[in-house]
Amino acid sequence: MTLTNILVFIGAAALYVALLPERLRRWALYAGSIVAIYWLQPALRIENLDFIFPTATLVLVVLGWLLSRAPEQRWQREDTISAGIMVALVLALSLAGRMLVESVRITPSRPPSPVSLAVVAIIAAALLGGLSWIGHKRRLFVPAILLIVVLFVILKTTPLAEETARLLRERTGQPASLASASDLGWLGFSYVAFRLIHTLRDRQMGRFPELTLREYVTYAIFFPAFTAGPIDRAERFIKDLRALPGREPTHLTVGLGRIAAGVLKKFVIADSLAYFALDASKAAQATSTGETWVLLYAYAFQLYFDFSGYTDIAIGIGQLFGITLPENFQRPYTRRNITQFWQSWHITLSNWVRFYVFSPLSRYLLMRKHKPSPTVLALIGQMATMIVIGLWHGVTWHFVVWGVWHGVGLFMHKVYSDRTRMAYIRLRDRPRLNQWIGIAGTVVTFHFVVIGWVWFALPDMATSWDVFLRLFGL
Amino acid sequence: MQTWKWLTQPTKPYTWGFMARVVVKAAVLFALLNVIFALVNPLPTLGHMSAYNTLLTGRERLPYGENPPASYNLSLYNLPAMVESLTVDTAPADDEFRVLLLGDSSVWGILLEPQDTLAGQINRLDLRTADGRRVRAYNLGYPTMSLTKDLMLLDYALEQAHPDLIVWLFTLESFAPDAQLEPSFVQNNAERVQALIRRYDLSSDPGDPRFVEPDFWESTIVGQRRALADLLRLQLYGVMWSLTGIDQEYPDDYTRRSIDLEADETWHDFTDPQTFTADDLAFDVLAAGAQRVGSIPLLFVNEPTFISEGENSDVRYNAFYPRWAYDEYRRVLDEQTDSAAWPPTLDLWDLLPDAECYTDSPVHLTPTCEAQFAAQVGDAILDLSAAGS
Repeated sequence: MTLTNILVFIGAAALYVALLPERLRRWALYAGSIVAIYWLQPALRIENLDFIFPTATLVLVVLGWLLSRAPEQRWQREDTISAGIMVALVLALSLAGRMLVESVRITPSRPPSPVSLAVVAIIAAALLGGLSWIGHKRRLFVPAILLIVVLFVILKTTPLAEETARLLRERTGQPASLASASDLGWLGFSYVAFRLIHTLRDRQMGRFPELTLREYVTYAIFFPAFTAGPIDRAERFIKDLRALPGREPTHLTVGLGRIAAGVLKKFVIADSLAYFALDASKAAQATSTGETWVLLYAYAFQLYFDFSGYTDIAIGIGQLFGITLPENFQRPYTRRNITQFWQSWHITLSNWVRFYVFSPLSRYLLMRKHKPSPTVLALIGQMATMIVIGLWHGVTWHFVVWGVWHGVGLFMHKVYSDRTRMAYIRLRDRPRLNQWIGIAGTVVTFHFVVIGWVWFALPDMATSWDVFLRLFGL
Repeated sequence: MQTWKWLTQPTKPYTWGFMARVVVKAAVLFALLNVIFALVNPLPTLGHMSAYNTLLTGRERLPYGENPPASYNLSLYNLPAMVESLTVDTAPADDEFRVLLLGDSSVWGILLEPQDTLAGQINRLDLRTADGRRVRAYNLGYPTMSLTKDLMLLDYALEQAHPDLIVWLFTLESFAPDAQLEPSFVQNNAERVQALIRRYDLSSDPGDPRFVEPDFWESTIVGQRRALADLLRLQLYGVMWSLTGIDQEYPDDYTRRSIDLEADETWHDFTDPQTFTADDLAFDVLAAGAQRVGSIPLLFVNEPTFISEGENSDVRYNAFYPRWAYDEYRRVLDEQTDSAAWPPTLDLWDLLPDAECYTDSPVHLTPTCEAQFAAQVGDAILDLSAAGS
């Protein structure tokens, strides 16, 4: 999200609060989110792809809604209106994009023609409509989740993304030799995928609330959180959406304050640290141990201020529109141990993986005839959780190593805390010693995390390993 | 979130009146700060606030870079900030004989690492003056060709750097009348340059439209946001300069200087061969420099230039110069040197006849040839220091 995006959203929020009657606000958030995902999508080199990706996001979201509806939930008039608005907006964006000059076009490049889009819309509507009449939707949950995972793997695995880009280039008559993974820059897909899997899985477990199409789409693509989270839960989001505040100034003051803090963190502090934060070229140039540590510390803080700054901006914009998005960071670098760190770093992602990976896996292992010991169970659970988080950032070996690094850290901390629990309880009587141990814990935890960033920041195993050794003078 | 409790859980609920007061106060404060900024113009003072030579290693040459992420260097116009970033901005050591080098990109050292520039090579010679002081050369070259730009730097550096000797290197290109105010570095320091033009009655026009003179709105914080951002960026790039010693992009491949030349006798506004007088070239700027340095010894050096033996080399020495123009320039330079009041001049134009000495321009040298050049300049420095002591 750029400063221009943020300013436009603030301006839109001012109009939203000042002009819109409350009954229209939910519609405004719905329509605004649909338009915003086209506007936020950056231009891509493959023809029409920057229009196709947001459209495909909408198709997937509608698919998610159809599958996550309760069996008894009926198609309502409001859903028809919502679907009509969605189709009308997409066609209008296409029409406007082809008729208006580039400087006022809302889409990143010239969109496909409304006629071809209308054909696609009719086919998609027929397929989705047919789907909505199918009785036993439970059978479709696994294929739907698999479809999302497969798309995710293609986008996050460089060779697969390159091959897909090559195929798409051939179809559009563009030079296939120039294909690269960055051709498939599908904005917001990762976060939308998490939200869709959450709704499908919760419906499968029979614990998902009834949402209208408008509510579901607004939740899945709510524009402040569309590009980089936080990953809200549908039931919490809908509670806010159904009780949007009136013209109260608190949401505006809170929102603007959060946006100001976020802009400072992201555009001033993080962007300044980026000048000397670790990356592949700087790693090659700064060769001594001390220099490498400086780059690594800069990277660690750049990452934190960048991401938590963005979260502040997202939460702030959400507040302007009356939605309270969940917190994502709670001073993670001050935590006393690695478990606490992961309870305060990218909290919504950690919670998501805990709910949908760690817990089901643990339950599965415990239900087996030969149950693993609690230690083995913890090891498998922690490793699987952290490797999934690693792979979410990209399907590469260095992200796997980063995941393993944290999985091992979490496992070791669990073993350590299990064995020292009584000693720590006794420490409560000695607050000064307890405080010093806490400080030592923070320093050790911080450096464990910082060293782990080596595998996260650098593009390949060889460079990461070289820098890792250099940190210790090897 | 705990940190945001003051904002998210206010002790009293916010009201629209409160909001309006906050907005009005913020707007008034913002406007006031902008007005004060425009009236005070704190940019030169801010330029003096530098982390170089304290937290960061001082730079070996002036900031200049068109691709900052690759060079850890950038081009800006804040003269105090630029000089503050140099190692010259520290007090001289007791046994130091401080020499400032002024000049163009050949002195700055395009394609050369800091230790291979003329200043670096002179320092590598580890010269000692007759009274035992160690010669330490400082690079004040800047990659544009204009004697007025050099005079501006000299004028400023004399206040900051406490030199024992100044070496001013040039080639004909720096004398072109139309080149004097051409560098954007000069145009964006209008007040300084206009003062010099008036003080020394230089032939350049102090009212030249190329001078950038911001109006009131352009002088506010909003108007000067780029200049402010540049100040911050200069400090931030200093971290990577300190860590890596890289202050320039060194491409693996670059376009070599031309050997075969067009049969073109044009040089700047002079379309046909003619006889030069001192007034045709910017000799008045050199004279102003000599006056400005006062009693500090000053050495002029006509720097080596590429002499082509390719196509049309009977018409041109190189891509810069038709033969007639360069020969005329050297003739006038000789005349000036012969006059009693003129500082000593070292004419090394043909010192390096080997074509391989020159890299991407008729005046940019390889490290090896720069060393030969440095040996000559070093000898002249020692001679002059002995004469002055």
